[in-house]
Amino acid sequence: MVGGALKGARYGLRDWLIQRSSALLAAGYSVLLLARGLWAHPHSLAQWQGLFHPLAMRLASELFLWSVLLHAWIGVRDVVMDYIHAPALKLALYGLVILLLATYGLWGTFIVWRVL
Amino acid sequence: MRFSIFRYNPECDAKPYMQPYTLAIDPRNHMLLDALLAIKEHDETLTLRRSCREGACGSDAMNINGRNGLACVTPLSTLKEPVQVRPLPGLPVIRDLVVDMTGFYNAYRSIKPYLINDEPEPENERLQSPPERAQLDGLYECMLCACCTTDCPSYWWNPDKFLGPAALLQAYRFIADSRDRATAERLDDLNDAYRLFRCHNIMNCVDVCPKGLNPTRAIGQIKAWLTKRIL
Repeated sequence: MVGGALKGARYGLRDWLIQRSSALLAAGYSVLLLARGLWAHPHSLAQWQGLFHPLAMRLASELFLWSVLLHAWIGVRDVVMDYIHAPALKLALYGLVILLLATYGLWGTFIVWRVL
Repeated sequence: MRFSIFRYNPECDAKPYMQPYTLAIDPRNHMLLDALLAIKEHDETLTLRRSCREGACGSDAMNINGRNGLACVTPLSTLKEPVQVRPLPGLPVIRDLVVDMTGFYNAYRSIKPYLINDEPEPENERLQSPPERAQLDGLYECMLCACCTTDCPSYWWNPDKFLGPAALLQAYRFIADSRDRATAERLDDLNDAYRLFRCHNIMNCVDVCPKGLNPTRAIGQIKAWLTKRIL
């Protein structure tokens, strides 16, 4: 079959949609945060922390955090898919990026839920 | 006029080089292909493809002053001297301006560029309404010159996996055809991180298409079809 060599990974649409929807979520959160910031106009660290205190805001922050991380994962993976062709190096880079993003995720989650 | 033309004969050259030529030609009334053929009269070793010499066949696609285009429809008066003429980028060079387009055609073949319809054949022909026929405008005109695909960085990095803008435009041409019955299979085949989704919408293809077609829009339509299918 002619197309045999042209077959690749079968996860195109899913990741493309995740990238776009995570961008929309992140944009929505940014607008929400800006609006809340302008509305509340915090002058002190305590007031600033207060912005993030409500449960709904924490959940939104958590969602934003993982949206950005997923978005970053697909974006960086795309760059690696484009330019890196050696399988071992590719795998090593994927692993490194996942480790880094997972660390950011856990660290960010800790920060979001520590705000009391 | 002064020209600098890419030369490479793998049988005797260790590596490619740019050969300067000077030609007495009136730039106001001639296309680049006229100049190249005049040069070839003096130096018959210069090798290039050309056929219809009026922008219909796409044989003489090449890189002209850093930009892909057809030599036969590029007026000499628009070109800065010395005119740098190179083969299409990203494809193996067979000789001088002639490139090996096997990979390009393999990508094209893999999208099954023909109508698939197992329904009983009608008496005369499969009819289309004018609006259905209009869906093919901006798609059927592609002559596979490869200007777009060889100007696409995603194709340069993954020529064996990414289909490239020309094949994807053709893929959409058959998805958009009301007479075709293999839409689902075509979409299944394209839903792939490499085949379709290496396109990052940088639109070099739109910029260089000698026919003014828009492969990026066709690729966007394929993504829209894929998305609609799961909603």
